[in-house]
Amino acid sequence: MKVRAQIAMVLNLDKCIGCHTCSVTCKQVWTSREGVEYAWFNNVETKPGIGYPKDWENQKRWKGGWKRKANGKIIPRQGGKWRILANIFANPAMPEIDDYYEPFTFDYTHLQTAPESEAMPVARPVSLITGERMDIQWGPNWEEILGTEFRKRSQDYNFEGIQKEIYGQFENTFMFYLPRLCEHCLNPSCVASCPSGSIYKREEDGIVLIDQDKCRGWRMCVSGCPYKKIYYNWQSGKAEKCIFCYPRIEAGEPTVCSETCVGRIRYLGVLLYDADRIAEAASVANEQHLYRAQLDIFLDPNDPAVIAQARADGIPEAWLDAARRSPTYKMCIDWKIAFPLHPEYRTLPMVWYVPPLSPVQSAIEAGHVGWKDGLPDIGSLRIPVRYLANLLTAGAEAPVVHALQRMFAMRIHMRDRTVEGRRNTAVLDAVGLSQAQVDDMYRTLAIANYEDRYVIPSTHREYAENAFDLKSACGFSFGQGCYDGRSVGNLFSALGPSAGRMAPPRVEEAVEPQETRR
Amino acid sequence: MGAWNLFTDYLHDFLFGIYPYLCAGVFFVGSLIRFDRDQYTWRSGSSQMLRARQLRWGSNLFHIGILAIFFGHLFGLLTPKWIYEAFITVQQKQMVAIVLGGVFGTICFIGLTLLLHRRLYDPRIRRTSAGVDIAILILLWVQLSLGLITLPFSLGHRDGSMMVQLSMWAQHIVTFQAGAADFVRGADWPFQLHIVMGMTLFLLTPFSRLVHIFSAPVWYLFRSWQIVRRRGGATRRPGPVAAPRPTAAE
Repeated sequence: MKVRAQIAMVLNLDKCIGCHTCSVTCKQVWTSREGVEYAWFNNVETKPGIGYPKDWENQKRWKGGWKRKANGKIIPRQGGKWRILANIFANPAMPEIDDYYEPFTFDYTHLQTAPESEAMPVARPVSLITGERMDIQWGPNWEEILGTEFRKRSQDYNFEGIQKEIYGQFENTFMFYLPRLCEHCLNPSCVASCPSGSIYKREEDGIVLIDQDKCRGWRMCVSGCPYKKIYYNWQSGKAEKCIFCYPRIEAGEPTVCSETCVGRIRYLGVLLYDADRIAEAASVANEQHLYRAQLDIFLDPNDPAVIAQARADGIPEAWLDAARRSPTYKMCIDWKIAFPLHPEYRTLPMVWYVPPLSPVQSAIEAGHVGWKDGLPDIGSLRIPVRYLANLLTAGAEAPVVHALQRMFAMRIHMRDRTVEGRRNTAVLDAVGLSQAQVDDMYRTLAIANYEDRYVIPSTHREYAENAFDLKSACGFSFGQGCYDGRSVGNLFSALGPSAGRMAPPRVEEAVEPQETRR
Repeated sequence: MGAWNLFTDYLHDFLFGIYPYLCAGVFFVGSLIRFDRDQYTWRSGSSQMLRARQLRWGSNLFHIGILAIFFGHLFGLLTPKWIYEAFITVQQKQMVAIVLGGVFGTICFIGLTLLLHRRLYDPRIRRTSAGVDIAILILLWVQLSLGLITLPFSLGHRDGSMMVQLSMWAQHIVTFQAGAADFVRGADWPFQLHIVMGMTLFLLTPFSRLVHIFSAPVWYLFRSWQIVRRRGGATRRPGPVAAPRPTAAE
C-alpha cells in the first residue's frame, strides 16, 4: 500500500442552474489570452447534446482514454508508444478549431464610425484568428437549453441503448447541465500520451499540470484526453489545461469555479487512495465494474492502518485531518451518491458528479410517477436512468438508482419533518441511511455552507521550497521565470505579426447599401 | 579582371572556409542559449489545430523525406572513403545516393510544396504565421529544389569524383583541417549554392521553429506511462514530507 492524497471535486448536478458563472470567472482568470480564446478550462454543457468540442464523448472518433488489450494490459486508445510517435507529424485524431468553434469578437467600432444610413448599424462578428468578418457557425455553448434540433442533439453518445425518439417529443423532453473541467485523473491518458514527458501529476495534491517549458507542442495529449480538456494554444504552440487553480489550492482556498459557484454545487475535499493499485483498478475487464474498482482503491481516513501508512508515506497531519472531514469522501464513498464521469475511459477521474433528480412535484400531482416502498419509482422519472448510467457508470443502472433513491429519501424525510412534523424513518431504512447520515447529507447538500463544501488543507510550502530561492521571484507566471515569452524585442520570441490581435481587428469598412425606397 | 578574380577567390574562401564555422557557432551556441534562457519558445509550432487540411499528407511526406535526406547527407558526406570502399565502390555509392536522394527528395518536395501552399494561401495559417515561419519554409523549398537540380549534374560525373570532392570538403570542415574550401573550387553552381543555403539553414535554426529537431522525443519509448512529480523536486529537498526535527535546544 502506498498512500497518496488528492484534492477531489464533486459537482451536485441536482442543484446546477446553468448560470455559467464558473466558466466565465475561470475564463477571466486563466484563458483571456491570445491563442486560447476558444479554450474553456471549465465549460457548462446542456445535456443531452453533443457538447464541446463537438461529439467529444465519441472515442471511436477521437481515440481518447485507454483501451484494454486481450492480455489484460491497458494502452492509450490512440495507440502504443510507437504508434503515437508515428503520428507525431500529423495527429489523425486531433480536433480542429472548428470542432470547438472559431473564436470571434464583434466589430463594435463600426457602431460609432458608420455613416448615416436608414437602418441601425450592426456590430458584425469578426474572427479572432484571421481578423476578418465571419459567419458564426458554432459557439462554446451552442446547445444551451436544448438549443439545437433534436436530430442533432440526439447524436449524444449517452443515448446508447435508449429508444431516444420519444425524448424528442415536447412532452417527454428532458435536460440538465453538465459543468466540465479537467478530471485530474489517477491514471491520466494525457500524461501517458505526452512524448516530451511534460505533463505530470503532482504527488502532494494530485493536480495534473503541463510543464510549459518542457512542452514541445506534439499535440498527442489533446487527442489522448478523452474529456478533450487539453487545449492547444495556437499562439504559443504549447498545450494548456485546467490547473485546478493550484495557487489557490496551495493556499487552502477553493478553485475559482468553486468559489464563484452561485448554486453552491461544488465540493472540494481530500481523498486518500492506494497508488499501488491504480493499474489494477484501471485494468478491470468489465467496464461496468470500473466505478466499483475505483471506489475500492480509496482508503478510509479513519482506519489506523491507513493513517500509519499515510504518515510513513509523508502525508502531513493537516491533510489526514482534512481527509477525515472531507465532503467528497462522504459523497463518493460514505453515501455513494457521486459518480465519476465516464469511468469506461479507464482514466480513474477525480471530479465526480451527483446525478440530477428530475423535476417531480407536478409530475407527482398529475399522477405520472409510480411509487414503490414509499419512494418514487426511479424508472418512471423524466430523465432516463439509462442516460445517467451511460454518463456516470458505464451503463450500470443499479448504483445510479440507489443514489437517486437516497436523495429522494432525504427529501421525503426532511419534508415530513419540517412540513408534517413527523420522523419518517421507514423511508430511511428503505435506502439504508441512518438518521445521522441523512442529517449530514441535508446539511452538506441543501444548506451547503462554505466550510462544509470546501475542506482544503494548505500545502506546506515551507517544506517544499527554499524561501531564499523565491526571493525576488515572480510568483505565478507562464514559462521562463518572469518572462512570458511575448516580449517583442526578443530574438527567440514566439510572436509573429499577429501580436496583440485582441486589439481591434482589421476590418474593411464595407459600403453600407442604402435602402432604396420603393 | 584581376580584381574581380581576387574578389571571387576571397568570396569562395569565405563561403566555404569561414562561413561554415560561423554557422556552426551560431547553431550550437544560439540553440544552447535559447534552450537555457527561453525554453517557453522552444516548440514545433504546429498549426494543425487551425487547419488540418493538406497537413496530413504534407507534413508526413515532408518529414519522411527530410529525415531520409538528412541522414543520407550525414552518413554520405561524413563516412570516410576508406571505410565505405571496403563494401562498395565510389561509383556504386554515387548511384545509391542519386537514387535514394531522388526518391526521398521527390517525396519531400511534394510534402513541402503542400505545406508551403497551405501556409501562404490559407488565411488562418497565413495570418498566424511569424515572418520567420514563412521564411524558413521558402528557404527549405528553394534548398530542396536546388538539391534536386544537382541530380542531373551528378549524373554528368558518373565516376563519383564530384561526390568525393564534396565529402572531402565536409570532412575537412568538421575535423578543422585547413584548405577545405579548395575541394569545392570549380564545382557546378547548384552544388555550391546548395551548400551555402544548407549552411544558412543551420545559421537560422536557433531563431526559428527548426529547434524542435533537437527535441525529437525518442526517449518517450523508454519511459513509463505515468509521471508523478513532487513540488520543489528540482532542489532535491525532502518536500512536504518531513517536518523539521526539533533541535536539542527546543
